[in-house]
Parts: sequence; structure tokens; C-alpha cells
Amino acid sequence: MVKEVRTEATRAALGPTLIKLAQKGLDIVVVDADLGVSTSAAKFGKEFPDRFITVGVTEQNMIGVAAGLAASGKIAFASSFAVFMPGHCFDQVRMAVAQPNLNVKLVASHSGIVVGEDGASAQALEDLSLMLSLPNFRVIVPADVVQAEQAIETAANNDGPFYIRTVRPKTPVIYDNGHQFALGKWDLLRPGSDVTVIAVGVLVKAALDAAELLAQEGVSCRVLNAASLKPADTEATLAAAVETGAIVTAEDHQVHGGLGSLVAQMTARHTPVPIAFLGMQDCYGVSGRWDELLEHFHLTPQAIAEAARELLSRKSA
Amino acid sequence: MASISGASVPELERTARRIRRHIVRMTTEVNSGHPGGSLSSVDILTALYFHVLRYDPKKPTWPERDRFIMSKGHASPAMYSVLAEAGYFPSEELMTFRKLGSRLQGHNIMGMPPGVEMSAGALGMGLSFSLGLALAGRMDNLDYHVYCLLSDGDCNEGQTWEAAAATSHHRVDTVTAIVDYNHIQNDGFSDYTHFVQRDGHGQRPGGWIDDQGHTVNILSLQPLADRWRAFGWNAQEVNGHQFTEIIDALEKAKQHKGQPSVIICQTTKGKGVSFMENNPSFHGKAATKEQLEQALKELAD
Repeated sequence: MVKEVRTEATRAALGPTLIKLAQKGLDIVVVDADLGVSTSAAKFGKEFPDRFITVGVTEQNMIGVAAGLAASGKIAFASSFAVFMPGHCFDQVRMAVAQPNLNVKLVASHSGIVVGEDGASAQALEDLSLMLSLPNFRVIVPADVVQAEQAIETAANNDGPFYIRTVRPKTPVIYDNGHQFALGKWDLLRPGSDVTVIAVGVLVKAALDAAELLAQEGVSCRVLNAASLKPADTEATLAAAVETGAIVTAEDHQVHGGLGSLVAQMTARHTPVPIAFLGMQDCYGVSGRWDELLEHFHLTPQAIAEAARELLSRKSA
Repeated sequence: MASISGASVPELERTARRIRRHIVRMTTEVNSGHPGGSLSSVDILTALYFHVLRYDPKKPTWPERDRFIMSKGHASPAMYSVLAEAGYFPSEELMTFRKLGSRLQGHNIMGMPPGVEMSAGALGMGLSFSLGLALAGRMDNLDYHVYCLLSDGDCNEGQTWEAAAATSHHRVDTVTAIVDYNHIQNDGFSDYTHFVQRDGHGQRPGGWIDDQGHTVNILSLQPLADRWRAFGWNAQEVNGHQFTEIIDALEKAKQHKGQPSVIICQTTKGKGVSFMENNPSFHGKAATKEQLEQALKELAD
């Protein structure tokens, strides 16, 4: 079901998908705070100039305008970089969108350490923690451009607020075009019985590669893609805990408040198992090429495999 | 429609007094809430709901209704009281304000009760929301008008000025901002010059704490009208307690084309209750039961 055919940035899905949805008749409007060219939302603006609203670098205002449009019956998309949205406008997201449960879709690109050379101030490593804390919001981290397109369609077709996290660099495409994204369902990308790696975003491919490394050592590693962070897939998580007895989480985000915390909370309630948390270990990033940074911060197939081996030794001890 | 076209000034004044009595009663009943900034906005709200706005309390989501957006969400007692007087819900419910199980929370929540158009409480969010509503109206060819009530504190917030820039940028003339300029905020006095006789301090940069423990000169907003004009707005300044002035300004604002309009209403915090007027202590504090008796006497018909 998975194959590596090409690389593409998840952010590139936004504009073309919105154009397709609007052409199908969805009442989509896009509010843009001077980053639409980078997030690809501007492609929609070229096709639908009357539904593309530029507000300048005013993220707080952008969220309020999107909320007003949504309150008037529009499917309102706002896009920016994840450091600015929710980083620069969290209270607006909370009070103007989440609390009244408005039909606003936030698509935040340039997330995580993989934003690369722009350095620490540009690397959003806290956004999932913020967004997962908000009732009413659905939070999606697509693993590739195919899934990003599906996630955007899902957001447009389901009433209420969504946060979709995309990235800048071109990353491997792992899904074929027949992929069907489902809210609350974590795809089983590889079966396994000794240990499970649950990953999101760019680390899903690293998890698959880690499973391949482990297979060469005779370790059977399950891989789950937790793209639908909220609602999460409790069933798949608990099955992993019961059936494999050890879990590695991997995310391009702080280890506090993101995927790892979510998995720990779910398993602690029902089936406590040893967990290794891969992510940013309560520190900020630095400048560098995105692939170098993943190495530097131990977010590689090798690091995932090593964490799995360590868990296995704890299990057998 | 329920708008009372041509309500006479004495009728409006009677309605405003009823709304003021609701405000002091409901805040004393629960011993909390924000009477000061509610009372300052009453005449503006009365003019809007009983002379200007197009609405139907039986159809609160009617697409063609004019929108009233209260950015200063702490003035919820005024919002709820005017909605009750306008027929959205029975005025008896006002006494449930801020109590467990009530629809009337301490700060406005969208749709609770129907007629409340936006959640508010953190300042600065109303004008952006108003712009979104107005742009949707433009896209849908609906001719409704959006009125947004701002406080001194709203005019401190950067988001208000982001929205001010964006509204004129989009040449939206269906938004009218109204500043309930009562010169008092949470901690004390927004600008010194309005209260220059108040204490013996010479004017100094920044703010200071006065003998009563209030902050003076929190953040000067002046020249407020010229700030709005510099952002591309048509600005008027009126007495926010004179119905003829308020209504005249609202009508001129609606007729003004090509740019948004702002009406800066000079108001008195705590208006109508002598011991609350210009008194920052009643920004977020209710009258005692004894004080309530006096307040109701002063607000009697």
C-alpha cells in the first residue's frame, strides 16, 4: 500500500486542492497574511480573486476576519507559517474560532525543525501542543503531499475548526493516489509484533526505514501513521500496546504536548507500556539543511531503530 | 421589522433608563460584573437597537440583519439588557447573569443567547470579525451594515489597528466602528489630559499611580480621531449620551461611501449613577445592596 515514487512538499497541496474544491462548488474563501505564495494558497487567489482576501502581515486580524467569514456561512481557510499561526495569534484562535466552534480551517506550513536554514525563530516546535489543547479543533499532520490533499478535503467537507500542519521541504511521497484519509484512524503502514513506532509528518518515512533496519535484525516492527492527531486512534494505540508491548513515538516537535504525550496519556489510562519519546528534547533548533538537522537532533531511522532496540531490552529484562 | 423607526428622544431616554436599571440590578444580584463600561455604552446601544439596526428578534440568524458586534465583551450586562428590551428573551432571565447554568456568561459568548453575534472578552477582536462579516456580505450581495463597539482598551490593542488598516484597504463602507470613549480602563484612566484637574501631578511621560491607587495615563489614545483618519477612516466625534447626536452620526456614517466610518463617542464611565460616574472602581465591581437602592432612585423615571 505504500511506495516511494517521488518527493513533494506537503505545503504544495493547499492551493491546488482549494481550487479543485471551489470548482466543485464549495463556498471557500481564503484569508492571506502575506505568505500565500509560500504556503501555495496564492494559487487559489489567482483563480478566485474575489474569494482571496489579503490582509497584510496581521495574523491576529487574519483569524478574526476568517471567523467573521465563517460566521457568515463561508468555509474560511487561513494559511501562514506555523510559528505565526498559532504562534502569533493563539488567543484569537482560541476565543474567535475554537470557543464558538466556527468553520475555520488553519493550514500552517513551514512547521518543525525541517524548515531548516531559517533557524530557531522560524522553527515551530510548539504548535501541536497549543492546538491539541483546544476543544473543538481537529488536528492533522499529513505524512506526505497525497495525505495533505486528503486532509484539506476532509477539513473542507467537515464543519468546524481544523488545524493542518505542513512542511516546506520536498519530502518522500509514501502514499499512492488511492489513499483515503480518515479522521481518527491511524494507518497501519507495516505490521509487526515486537515493537511499534508511531510517527507523524516527515518522521513517518523515517519510521518505515527504521522498521526495515530492524527487520534485518529479525525484529518485527509495527508502524502507525498518526496523521489524525485529534481525534486520535485510541484503538490502534491500545492494540499496539497490547500486541507489541513497547512503543516509540517520533515527531518533529517538542516532546512535551505533542504525539508522545498523547500516546503516553492513552496508554497510561488503559495499558501502560514502555515508551521512547523521539522529538525535540525541550530545546530549540539551529540553522542547517533540514536533513542535517534531523541527523543533528537524532530524528533519523537509525535513532528510531536504536530507541526500539533499547525498549526491547527493557521488555526482555 | 422590529426596528422602531423614529422613536422619539424621550422614548429612547426611558428605554435607556430601563436598561441602566437592569445593569445595576443584575451586577449587584451576582455581586460581580462590569457596570461602569456597561453604563457608558447604554445610549449608543439604545440608539442602535431602537432607531438604527435592521433586525428581527424572532429570526436572530436572518441573513439580511444588520450586525452589532460588541468588542468590549466585559460590557455584557449592557449587551444582554438591550437584547432583552429588544425582545430576544424575557428580561427576567437577566437575573441569572454569571450564575451556574445561565446562558448569560460573564463575557459575551456567540449565540448565547441568540442575538449575541460574537464571543468577546479578550479585547481587540471585534473589528477584525466585523470586517469578515462585511466582506461576506459583499460577496453575497447582501446590504447589511456592521456596527462594532470598541472601548478605550480595544483601542490599545494592536489587533484593532490591524483591522482598521485592513478595513480601509478593502474600501469597506459597510462597517461603522463606534468608540465608547469613556477614558477609563481596568486599572484607571486611559489618558491624563481628559482628567487634567484630577491631581497635582505635572504631566510626565508614561503612567503613574494616583493617591487612590488607580493608574493614571495608562496609554494615551490622543489624537484619537486623527489616528483613525490616518488609517483611512471617515471620523466623527459626538457626545455619546445625546441621542440626536448619536443618531445623526450613525446615519451620516451609513451614507458615507468608499471608506469605513468611525464615530468617537465621548462618554462617561458609570453614566447615570452618581457614585459610579468617572470612578474606575466600578469598572469591574458591582454596587452593594445599599448602593443599588440609591442607583435605582437616580435611574427612576
